[in-house]
Amino acid sequence: MAKKLLLEKDHVEGIRHFDVYRREGGYAAVEKALKMEPAAIVEEVKKSGLRGRGGAGFPSGLKWSFLAKPEGVPRYLVCNADESEPGTFKDRYLMEFLPHLLIEGLIVSSFALGSNRTYIYIRGEYAWIVGILEQAIAEAKQNGFLGKNILGTGFDCEIYVQRGAGAYICGEETALIESLEGKRGNPRIKPPFPAIKGLWDCPTVVNNVETLAAVVPIINMGGEEYAKIGVGRSTGTKLISACGNINKPGVYEIDMTISVEEFIYSDEYCGGIANGKKLKACIPGGSSVPILPANLLLTTAKGEPRLMNYESLSDGGFATGSMMGSGGFIVLDEDQCIVRHTLTLARFYRHESCGQCSPCREGTGWVEKILTKIENGKGAISDIDLLWDIQRKIEGNTICPLGDAAAWPVAAAIRHFRDEFEWHVNNPELCLTQNHGLAHYADPIHVPA
Amino acid sequence: MSEAVKTIKVTIDNITVDVPVGTTILQAARMIGGDVVPPAMCYYSKLQDSGGKCRTCLVEVSKGSEADPRPMPKLVASCRTGVMDGMEVKNMTSPKVEDARNGVVEFLLLNHPLDCPVCDQAGECHLQDLGYGHGKQGTRYEFKRRTFEKHDLGPYIQLHMTRCILCYRCVFVADQLTDKRSHGILSRGDHAEIATYIENSLDNNFIGNVIDVCPVGALTDKTFRFKNRVWFTKPVNAHRDCKCCSGKVTLWQRGEEVLRVTARKDQWGEVEEWICNECRFEKKKTTDWTIEGPTHVSRHSVISQGHYENVQMPNETFKAVHGGRNPQLLMDIHSVSEVNDPSIDLSLINGPATSDVYNPSTKQA
Amino acid sequence: MVKFSEDKLKEVQSMIDRYPEGKQKSALIPLLHLAQEEFGGWLSAETMDYVGSLLGIEPIEVYEVATFYSMYNLKPVGKHVFEVCHTGPCMLKGSDDIIGYIKSTLGIKVGETTADGMFTLKTVECLGACGYAPMMQMGIDYREHLTEARVDEIIAACRNKQQKTSKA
Repeated sequence: MAKKLLLEKDHVEGIRHFDVYRREGGYAAVEKALKMEPAAIVEEVKKSGLRGRGGAGFPSGLKWSFLAKPEGVPRYLVCNADESEPGTFKDRYLMEFLPHLLIEGLIVSSFALGSNRTYIYIRGEYAWIVGILEQAIAEAKQNGFLGKNILGTGFDCEIYVQRGAGAYICGEETALIESLEGKRGNPRIKPPFPAIKGLWDCPTVVNNVETLAAVVPIINMGGEEYAKIGVGRSTGTKLISACGNINKPGVYEIDMTISVEEFIYSDEYCGGIANGKKLKACIPGGSSVPILPANLLLTTAKGEPRLMNYESLSDGGFATGSMMGSGGFIVLDEDQCIVRHTLTLARFYRHESCGQCSPCREGTGWVEKILTKIENGKGAISDIDLLWDIQRKIEGNTICPLGDAAAWPVAAAIRHFRDEFEWHVNNPELCLTQNHGLAHYADPIHVPA
Repeated sequence: MSEAVKTIKVTIDNITVDVPVGTTILQAARMIGGDVVPPAMCYYSKLQDSGGKCRTCLVEVSKGSEADPRPMPKLVASCRTGVMDGMEVKNMTSPKVEDARNGVVEFLLLNHPLDCPVCDQAGECHLQDLGYGHGKQGTRYEFKRRTFEKHDLGPYIQLHMTRCILCYRCVFVADQLTDKRSHGILSRGDHAEIATYIENSLDNNFIGNVIDVCPVGALTDKTFRFKNRVWFTKPVNAHRDCKCCSGKVTLWQRGEEVLRVTARKDQWGEVEEWICNECRFEKKKTTDWTIEGPTHVSRHSVISQGHYENVQMPNETFKAVHGGRNPQLLMDIHSVSEVNDPSIDLSLINGPATSDVYNPSTKQA
Repeated sequence: MVKFSEDKLKEVQSMIDRYPEGKQKSALIPLLHLAQEEFGGWLSAETMDYVGSLLGIEPIEVYEVATFYSMYNLKPVGKHVFEVCHTGPCMLKGSDDIIGYIKSTLGIKVGETTADGMFTLKTVECLGACGYAPMMQMGIDYREHLTEARVDEIIAACRNKQQKTSKA
């Protein structure tokens, strides 16, 4: 059993409440951190090698060190709890069952960054979690871990929960800031980056829920110890939310040394493909990252077993690899249609495009229309090439990464499953009643019993 | 030491220029001028925070700066990217830029109705120019184009949402020039639109400027609607003593009639000085204005085909061109017909409908 | 006329107090949620103007925001709104069949409200419950692991509740 740093106590009765959380050793990180210099905390996070858990994987300590500190200007920490990437529901789990872990991480991080007003921006649909978090905040405040003069150190901090109202784009940090300012969630044009000019034009750090929660074990055990867990630049543990056609969907905490194969087939994790079916494909890091057929998922192009970490999942680049992303692990069995699945994702991105810049606004709608045509048996072979060209012209040319996020799933689906798209075109009637099934090269090389 | 402003060097398409610190790539390119200037559909130098949205001005930064020579990984919006010392930029020399820009033009035209034949903006439309420069003849889009519910913005401004490219310039105009904004961007994604939500006319005294900043025919002058084509009208600079604005405008005339009044625009199509609604919509008589002279319009513009300005008669006579010989007519029509014989007064020829009827002087003779 | 009660106005003030002075516009999104709950489950132009007046901002600023976010209803909706997710992960687990079943059970299409004003059916994009698919949102609650039987139960429970409240 892998070591758990975040979810170790998730099944302790009453862990949502301060007393139980405290009895289980909670808020020790706050006590320790508030005796340290803020810069020393940043240094510990740097040493830990922690990478942003929201999807981009940018080193968190480095991000913190970019924060501008002009005299007399407030700085803000904002927790990004706008978890909206299809396939991802790990932050929800963490906030729902271990709210105090997040609050503890937020207090430590606020102290490190000098934020006296910290906001949790949570997606509007997670309305019931707002209550859970606000209760945890109130409890922490009653016990002197929040509010004025925390633990007698002279540090003041308030945490507020802000609900979004249904917009995937607000997971992008500058769109989130705009939304927090009471505006439309239009991403800002960068530079300037939030570290210089963020919330209300003040220096701001935006971090994912899991990232901020991970600060707690980092402070407790020290950055160097934390960095010993995992492999290479994938240090610590990662929450993976597994869903799709598997026996045991749910949120798992892994240390990043296990193989993808073990993750899918071991009973400790996904428990294999549901209903005795075969594995067809998988999106390992949330809907935006490239989908991989079974063979490339389980082994890299070099023939090595693929591991559940940043480096191994992206081994081979987009040609034969994918990305760790947000850890939204979507598994497709042999009965699933790649075209239809890609269509639902294209529809998602069209629906979630803010409409600010032209490639994304126009391109996402166009992609969805063509995919609808192919899915309904009305496509032509030239449509597949057209899709490829459109995604290519969206990627990299937009204001924010939503353009890339919309382009990659389409590109990867065509790259690895072009024969299935062509099958749709060539069998316009058959494709309405049945699915293509396994791609010939998607036969799992080796399926454990 | 001199107090000179600190300048930095930037090279765009192999042309190096010194620019002040804080200049954007697009501004630097405009200092060089000519073909190295990237097209801009949403950026407007006189509107703060504009730009970055349309993606037509994307350029390749092949060298970040002298200090950090790494190229930038993605194409960048030149209107919102600051110049660094020693930066090297490729615009028209980059195949990547050409490709991306073709894509952007295709996206912008995807749902555009292409109703130029009935659009008042035709002839001075930046999307037309862009399509001409970077577009393709056909479209690969085979679906129904997007439509919107019609909104009435009052007696002066006509909104055609289907033509809009969402540059946000009109929103910035309302924010920065007027004290109260009553229109904005509603909805999101491909349904985003310019509207007021509840039917509301735009009536601020400076709101008429949204017409001038609109790069396409989405916001046009209702008082000019369907009156004429811009290339048949004659632009002249004029001014009047106005209480609320500079009163410096361009009148678009046909004969003596003033069909339209706009602000004066510079070579980038940007307004030089904002004008008020009174000047724009209410002063449509030549006598309201002091006329200064013809407005200079770029020779590349279809408007310049009206030849109202700088008409140059050829200096050479036929004789000079023909090396001293006068051209010989192939057939002397006068030898077979007296029609048009220069020696004959046409009004004296007998027959129906001569000018006799109309010319009293000949009658007397 | 649209107006919050004294209690709710206190809640509004506490929302505004979460932000530094002069940044009260930040309270717009939470305030619109509150207004939607209070004033019939949707935002009329009148409601939005009222919210704008509470924050001292122009009505257009409210409209821009309200039309951007998908959780605000700009038209009246039924008493119970079924928002069924149909993005990739839910689709893999049969969300399309669930949507079809709800359509035939209630006799309405997606986006419509039943004649008695009880139910509105909407399809929505990913709600972050992919491991518990198929799912839908009803008010602030999630209903997960949907099956046809479970949909029947939910509909029956809504109808029962309605009868009880109308008797009382």
